[in-house]
Amino acid sequence: MFTVDRRLFIHMDWRLVGLIAAILFVGITTIYSVTDQWSHGGAPLFLKQMIWAVAGLMVFTVLAAFDYHRLLGYAHYIFGFSILLLTAVLVLGKVGMGAQRWVQVGGLNIQPSELARLAVVLLLARYLADRVPPEGFRFRDMLIPSAFAFIPFVLVLKQPDLGSALMILFVFGVMLLISGVHPRSLMTGGLSGLLVLPFFWEWFWNSLHTYQRNRLVTFFNPEADPLGTGYHVIQSKIAIGAGGIAGQGFLQGSQSQLKFLPEGHTDFIFAVFAEQWGFLGVLVLISLFAALIWRGMDTAMKAKDLEGTLLAAGITCMLTFYVFVNLAMTLGMAPVVGVPLPLMSYGGTALVTTMAALGILANVHLQRHISLYR
Amino acid sequence: MIPLERENLGWSVRGRVALTTGLILLGFLLLVSRSWYLQVLHHEKYMRLATNNKVREVAESPDRGLVFDRMGRPLVTNVPTFSLALVLDDVKDLEATSNRVGELLGIDTEKIREQARKQRRRVPYVPVTVHQDLTLSQVADIEWARIPGVRVIAETRRHYPYGKAAAHLLGYVGEITEKQLSSNAYAEVLPGSRVGQYGSERTFDAPLRGVPGSRQIEVDAQGFEVREISRVPPIVGNDVYLSIDIEVQKAAEQALGDRPGAVVALDPNNGKVLALASYPAFDPEELAKGVNSKRWQEISTNRRKPMFNRVVQGTYPPGSVFKIPVAAAILETLRGGQERFCVGEHKFLDRTFRDWKKTGHGMVGLRQSLIESCDVYFYQYGDELGVDTIAKYATMFGLGQVTGIDLAGEAKGLVPSTQWKMADRGKIWYPGETLSVAIGQGYVSATPLQMADLLAAVAVNGKRFRPTIRLGVWDSMADGLLVDEPDPLPTVALAENTYKVLKSALTGVVWDAKGTARSARSKKVTIAGKTGTAQVVSMAEGDQDVDEKDIPIRHRDHAWFAAFAPVEDPHIAVAVLVEHGGHGGSAAAPVARQVIEAYMGAREKSPQGEELYRVLEELHREREAT
Repeated sequence: MFTVDRRLFIHMDWRLVGLIAAILFVGITTIYSVTDQWSHGGAPLFLKQMIWAVAGLMVFTVLAAFDYHRLLGYAHYIFGFSILLLTAVLVLGKVGMGAQRWVQVGGLNIQPSELARLAVVLLLARYLADRVPPEGFRFRDMLIPSAFAFIPFVLVLKQPDLGSALMILFVFGVMLLISGVHPRSLMTGGLSGLLVLPFFWEWFWNSLHTYQRNRLVTFFNPEADPLGTGYHVIQSKIAIGAGGIAGQGFLQGSQSQLKFLPEGHTDFIFAVFAEQWGFLGVLVLISLFAALIWRGMDTAMKAKDLEGTLLAAGITCMLTFYVFVNLAMTLGMAPVVGVPLPLMSYGGTALVTTMAALGILANVHLQRHISLYR
Repeated sequence: MIPLERENLGWSVRGRVALTTGLILLGFLLLVSRSWYLQVLHHEKYMRLATNNKVREVAESPDRGLVFDRMGRPLVTNVPTFSLALVLDDVKDLEATSNRVGELLGIDTEKIREQARKQRRRVPYVPVTVHQDLTLSQVADIEWARIPGVRVIAETRRHYPYGKAAAHLLGYVGEITEKQLSSNAYAEVLPGSRVGQYGSERTFDAPLRGVPGSRQIEVDAQGFEVREISRVPPIVGNDVYLSIDIEVQKAAEQALGDRPGAVVALDPNNGKVLALASYPAFDPEELAKGVNSKRWQEISTNRRKPMFNRVVQGTYPPGSVFKIPVAAAILETLRGGQERFCVGEHKFLDRTFRDWKKTGHGMVGLRQSLIESCDVYFYQYGDELGVDTIAKYATMFGLGQVTGIDLAGEAKGLVPSTQWKMADRGKIWYPGETLSVAIGQGYVSATPLQMADLLAAVAVNGKRFRPTIRLGVWDSMADGLLVDEPDPLPTVALAENTYKVLKSALTGVVWDAKGTARSARSKKVTIAGKTGTAQVVSMAEGDQDVDEKDIPIRHRDHAWFAAFAPVEDPHIAVAVLVEHGGHGGSAAAPVARQVIEAYMGAREKSPQGEELYRVLEELHREREAT
């Protein structure tokens, strides 16, 4: 159907690729710095992460190479499939151990919420771009897209995966606003949202697991339980603060090296980096992420159609949400919701799905310049 | 396809994307400023917290000083031991950790938890010892398992090379109590430390305990040591030299055998205790290894009272030994008295007071009545003296008050007087009661130590010294033996003749054909002393003919013998008490003789005075060199 075209190389968003490679490199070296002494047999974690990164780049290339409109054509199937998986996990989870985010498909462990969040972005991009009225969405127009967001939101929340659930809501909101909402609906929606919020909050609060509630409670007062739920945040702040301006240096820093900071190679990888490289390193890293996001939003702005815009903006906001929530959590500004830092935290599934999303982003960028298909 | 450029409500899609981008970058600015806040503005605070996280101050307990006898023989030493301790701050789940440890070592997990919870006044990061005397393979198991918060501590524990010998004198160490922790004397001792709780270990705890050192170490998140930052080594406690001679001590214990009782010997010239034995005894080694609360209950509430130091804590009617101060009173106030005829009993008002010898002693004077221990003589003169005069002389010899020996829990005993009875019992004194007092019965009671002290005073014509179990302390700063000077007490100022008569009579007790302590005769040394047979229950009149063997043991009389030797130049005073032992002459006197012979034999072979101290110093330096 398509051949690997020279134009693919010429028009590829190399700045995006460069930024991705840089962040991947920082992530892998940071994983190396906290896990090099580990000797639990098997390959060291940083090597595994490198292999996942290579796999991710392959997925990225594949998803960048063919026209995203084709992918959008399958959006409702992908969405339906992911809803099925989410439900399956819930049902199987109930039979099994109570809370299980993973499901086995043909010997491969996949986390349906990873797929679901991409599916929501795809389906919304396709649906919203098709239906947006000239004067923007009114309430009645928003019922169906709301369902597209709320069904996976509830299912993901029940996984339980609070971070991804909130991300779905956030991305939905941003994509809706970008595609256009009627001013009156926006006003009344905002006001009634404020009115409904207390009730919604109560339902939301009740649907949380005890440990999730504890995290929210300790966020507001971490010192109340220094060895329990508050421990992560306290140790993370100490690690970052101890980094100072220039940092303690690579492979240095007592907080991460002596393992006072838990999850140093996963959710709290930013704290490890900040302890080693200090405020200057943090400036560089946050700039890299900001540039990545800028590349995504630039792609959205320059996309050749609204579908492309919404797809690029949705994917970028998804990434932004994870980066922002993870950093805010690590810096002690947000509750510990268990969100990895995209491209940096150790973990194969998350890395590959992130690379897939970025591949679609590159795809939107490419399609502005070439039309391989259609 | 929808054209992108289409205007939508005055806002282009592009505009909205740009706005979103702006908001996102604003959010990132917030993150950067938060980093600035943590890393630049509050760097020092978090650096300090990071340091506190990884740096710990760990106390290093000093080795206790050793305890030697007067010949420099080690009585209490230290042996290396491995203890299991928990750092509770590093233990996430006590239940799980104790189960794991219990499984590894095959010890009771409940005991571990019990020990861990016992530590109420806890200092952060101070290890709490939960099990002692680990074997090397247990140590290896624990070290290999690397369980957070579980430590093997290499330390020393007390070892008693002579076993149970002198247990009450040497004492034992145990974990510091709440009460001790809040007292000034233990101000620098950490909770959980082991301090002297009994005997010399308690009395001399301050010199023995040493000064704890400390180490600053870097630890990882699980509390395992990564490296040492700095170290202040502990200072070993000072060694203490006791005044006892362990060979004499062993002779005393052997002579006493398995009869409950007490033996105490001291040097009349300076009050130094030469031997101090109390039976039954406890096993200090067992306590040093650590016992659980059940076993402790068993030991401390045992009916035979092994924890009770009979020498200083036991009060018994002194029986005829008390005739010594009464005789002194007769000599001093009645010019030695007249001869009296003893018919074996003495009628007083409507009561009959019996002599121990039913047939009577015939004509006896003061000297002979002491030798034969005639009761009738003392009934008569006791009545004449009155209880207050008797009390005056008994008190002069230190009875009814503590001697001030450096052992805790000393009992005072009792010297009754009219004043005492009114104050204590609210009743007037009955003259008949004086007769009982005159032969050391009735209200009178005394400790074996007081009896030895009495004989010591008689031996050296009234000079008295506060009894002490300490010869001196090795001062590691001065690198020399600090010898304790004798601590003199007010002299019992009686006429020279009084002592001459008393000594002559007490010599007669042993050497006279009718003496009650002929069993104390020694071929090696001239011993003088006084027997005593103290009634435990008063016999109903007419019961005198009952065969001793038919009386239940707990109703049998206590046997006393108090002596000094050699008569010409006294070097030792001894008191022996055998509980329910029967007659003093047969049960107690041979014990005293053996102790005296052992001491005099040892004394001949050993240097004395300055020479002894020089030898001890030499020995000490030699030991330290190796």
